[in-house]
Amino acid sequence: MTGRGEYAVNKRSERKMVEVKGLNMSFGSLEVLRDINLSVAEGEVVVIIGPSGSGKSTLLRCINFLEKSRLGEIYIDGRLVERKEKTINTMRQDVGMVFQHFNLFPHMTVLQNVIEGPTQVKGMSKGEAVQLAESLLAKVGLQDKRDEYPAMLSGGQKQRVAIARALAMQPQVMLFDEPTSALDPELVGEVLGVMKELAREGMTMLVVTHEMGFAREVADRVVFMDDTKIIEEGTPEELFNNPQNERTQAFLSKIF
Amino acid sequence: MPCTGFADGSAFFKGGLKVPYDFSIVVDKFPIFLPAAIETLKITGASLVFGIIVGLIAALGRISKFKLFYYPSTFYVTVIRGTPILLQLFIVYYGLANIIRLDPFPSAVIAFGTHNGAYIAEIFRGAIKSIDIGQTEAARSLGMTRFQAMRRIILPQALKRAVPPLGNQFIIATKDSSLASTIAVRELLLKSQQLGSSTFNTMEYLIIAGIYYLIMTTVLGYFVHRLERRLAISDRAG
Repeated sequence: MTGRGEYAVNKRSERKMVEVKGLNMSFGSLEVLRDINLSVAEGEVVVIIGPSGSGKSTLLRCINFLEKSRLGEIYIDGRLVERKEKTINTMRQDVGMVFQHFNLFPHMTVLQNVIEGPTQVKGMSKGEAVQLAESLLAKVGLQDKRDEYPAMLSGGQKQRVAIARALAMQPQVMLFDEPTSALDPELVGEVLGVMKELAREGMTMLVVTHEMGFAREVADRVVFMDDTKIIEEGTPEELFNNPQNERTQAFLSKIF
Repeated sequence: MPCTGFADGSAFFKGGLKVPYDFSIVVDKFPIFLPAAIETLKITGASLVFGIIVGLIAALGRISKFKLFYYPSTFYVTVIRGTPILLQLFIVYYGLANIIRLDPFPSAVIAFGTHNGAYIAEIFRGAIKSIDIGQTEAARSLGMTRFQAMRRIILPQALKRAVPPLGNQFIIATKDSSLASTIAVRELLLKSQQLGSSTFNTMEYLIIAGIYYLIMTTVLGYFVHRLERRLAISDRAG
């Protein structure tokens, strides 16, 4: 039942792929993140859990600047991300993002969705991008859907395409923002399966999710957030079996 | 003196009710309106091309964060939508004459193009705004610039959504082009008025013009509908 046993491949690295220092964020007068400090090492899978409105998704969105934090610093692979349009665009190429509502481009086929990033942003040739896309679609089990439009796909298939689209940029880190929350229960497994596979291959991942089974099984570290703050973090067994903070205990007692 | 008949000698009653119009004229004279119909199409087409370009720019201005882009665009849309199209035509043709004397045709194209542009701007703006914010976020998260996301992801979807209201605006523009008759552009309505007043078959010639407008707007409507259906391909779920 530990994340380390089964998935601990190349997870000894000290290289910090994501580092968040002193992050504060508010929407108007409403504080949504308070003094967040968090780092994710290369190859590490960190899962953030916590009640709705605790700031988990906002934290993830702040990391690739979809939300602009008021205060604090983000480092990606050791480099400070300056708050400049150009720097942010460059940084985003290394940080893949998967959204709760997939956000596939509906006017493009599955293949076009996946090659859009590499061809438009990285300037990769179309032939090369198609090859890459086909191997990624095979990886998520959707090679036969390459010429379909997103409207033809199930939620689980859409999310797997969205993962392939993010991977096509060959990012160093993947951020998952509640990737299974919009799915019918029977489709959750196929998406989590792809994510497990990615973790096994050593992808650095930061995942916001309500899937406690996934957290237990795959995470190297679980972070519990509540009311704009990180309350507690630890290995899955530490956090799930022996939570120290009473808020963590209260949250876990409600869901288990 | 009581009125007993028509100018051409036909009477109200001559052994029975006589229709006071000669509809054979509608058929006979239909073809001679063709050049005027082409003129109508030219004004409409040119002012729509003008209007789409201006409209797209103004729409982007209306959603821009840059005040120097936003305010002029908003001013343009407010002024043009808030004043009559005939007034705008007269301003271009008569009002500007002290500065630059434009011929009727270019005056009509400029006035109608500017007019349609304001409405088309609002159509585009509404369509762009209707695209889910998640689309922009997904595009930006891949590293696209704001411009790339707009051009590759947002606009193609927005243009598709804009097709039905644009088709509507195109039909309005076709009909509004008849106002060019007031500054002597030789389009359909002017042609029918000229022939009507010289022959007294006013109604017959107005009907000819009406049929031409109806054909144009119906054909336009048909093509817009077909385009809508073609563009809907990616929306079709199994």
